[in-house]
Amino acid sequence: MFKINTERNQLVIKKLSDKFLDAIVQHEVIADMLCITIAKEAIYPALLFLRDDSDLKYDFLTTLCGMHYPEREQLGVVYHLHSLTNNHYVRVKTATELSNPILPTATTIWPSANWMERETFDFFGIQFQGHPNLVRILNLDDMVDFPLRKEFPLEDQTRDDKDDSMFGR
Amino acid sequence: MANELHTDYWERDFVRTEEPKEYNTLNVGPTHPATHGVFQNVMLMDGEFIVETEQTIGYIHRAFEKIAERRPFYQITPLTDRLNYCSAPLNNMGWHMTVEKLLGIETPKRVDYLRIVIMELARIADHLICNSVIGVDSGALTGFTYLFQSREFIYEIYEEICGSRLTTNMGRIGGFERNFSAKAWDKIRYFLKTYPAKLAEFENLLARNRIFMDRTINVGSFPADRALAYGFTGPNLRACGVDYDVRVMNPYCSYDEFDFFIPLGQNGDTYDRFMVRQEEMRQSLYIIEQAIAKLDKMEDKQIYYASDPRFVLPPKEKVYNNMEALIWHFKIVMGETDIPAGEVYHCIEAANGELGFYLVSDGGRTPSRLHFRRPCFIYYQAYPEMVKGTMLSDAILTMSSMNVIAGELDA
Repeated sequence: MFKINTERNQLVIKKLSDKFLDAIVQHEVIADMLCITIAKEAIYPALLFLRDDSDLKYDFLTTLCGMHYPEREQLGVVYHLHSLTNNHYVRVKTATELSNPILPTATTIWPSANWMERETFDFFGIQFQGHPNLVRILNLDDMVDFPLRKEFPLEDQTRDDKDDSMFGR
Repeated sequence: MANELHTDYWERDFVRTEEPKEYNTLNVGPTHPATHGVFQNVMLMDGEFIVETEQTIGYIHRAFEKIAERRPFYQITPLTDRLNYCSAPLNNMGWHMTVEKLLGIETPKRVDYLRIVIMELARIADHLICNSVIGVDSGALTGFTYLFQSREFIYEIYEEICGSRLTTNMGRIGGFERNFSAKAWDKIRYFLKTYPAKLAEFENLLARNRIFMDRTINVGSFPADRALAYGFTGPNLRACGVDYDVRVMNPYCSYDEFDFFIPLGQNGDTYDRFMVRQEEMRQSLYIIEQAIAKLDKMEDKQIYYASDPRFVLPPKEKVYNNMEALIWHFKIVMGETDIPAGEVYHCIEAANGELGFYLVSDGGRTPSRLHFRRPCFIYYQAYPEMVKGTMLSDAILTMSSMNVIAGELDA
């Protein structure tokens, strides 16, 4: 249905593991995209390497979004990088603990990360260190919670007149 | 004594040191007619020139990403309508294709071509609004009133296909809810026949108009490397001279079978953005013509959905007369079908650029996370850099040529 560029996927993994072997937690191909999980200590140099390496050239940050893994007590960030010269996407994931969610900012690598990181902070509470202006962007400034975390279900949980088990969660 | 005072007075006038500049703060928005949407710019002004801009957005934030975590997949389509509401069908189709990618549904060719017809119509409707609004903001209202008739006609075509006009909720996962009616085809053909002349008339009003050219050339120009760094996509990026178009680079929905070219600008200024959109409308017409030619050649004209009983509603006659069809109908409507666990990213070339859906499913009946890559949200952050040092009236024109849609900005 969709084509997978196995050659290039392997090149990316090889290049990355040459430099960041210990930091690569996991790599797999999900659907049509290579997905690499990198430990948070190495995420900044790894992203910089992905952008600057002459064979890889992931020069375009397509999107960046937060994730919440309640069962692991972690918050994560997912970067979708696009190499316009090679026309290849790669998905980079990283995670940080829920109690002290700190990650380095990517704004110095791609300026477009500015608002996307603000949005991620706004909804998940991830602190991006080195961000020029890390304040809320879509929600109210005096809001205290981070609404996209899973501990805030959409419906009032005290109600028992509604059976939501059919929705799977 | 009097003499001394006199000389003192004159001396003071001649050696007057420069006074500190007086800056004014100006609010453009949140409800200002020139922003064409609900968002605010607080501008620090030196006379008529902009020193600094601070943007405030989020006035119509509706938390779609959160709402989507509680809805079955087919109920998320109406949410996507409200992202870029000027071209809702594009968002709808993008969402359907994302889900199809996750589920592994392969759509028939006829569905792809029908989708292309409707997506390109939506692109025309979006570009048409943007370009005519550039005219309005530079003081030329006439073109706007001409082209709005055409937009009205496109909305009538939507109406024939899905019943609604602005927020269309068009199509279903796997295809369309019903076949295009004969009336819809008549209207599409009529549109294809009459629109080029109207577009040419509109372009005659503006493209070589001395006032319009003076107002737009070299206004809000942005170099290509900065545009890429700021994540520009779509016509705004192509106006800077970068030929990135998702339809060509990562073809979806059988776009690889179509013949069209990508118009490019040079300076990335307001005039280039205008001209790129004008040419894209012509290319869209050309694509629709090709799609109709392909559709006419097909023998079976009754295929309009993929055959996947898990997600495509059975026809009503069957629901009333056949037990299996009735069961499937209820299973789908009640959102009782489990989705395989997985994650996909799918992007389409929407009217504003790369519209992406990052969908994570944990095997439940709703997405566990859904993230929209909204092109507006990403490129609008470059606005302060684009308008710094320019005049207020140029900044307004720059904003309308960037086609910032509040719904897409705030999700």
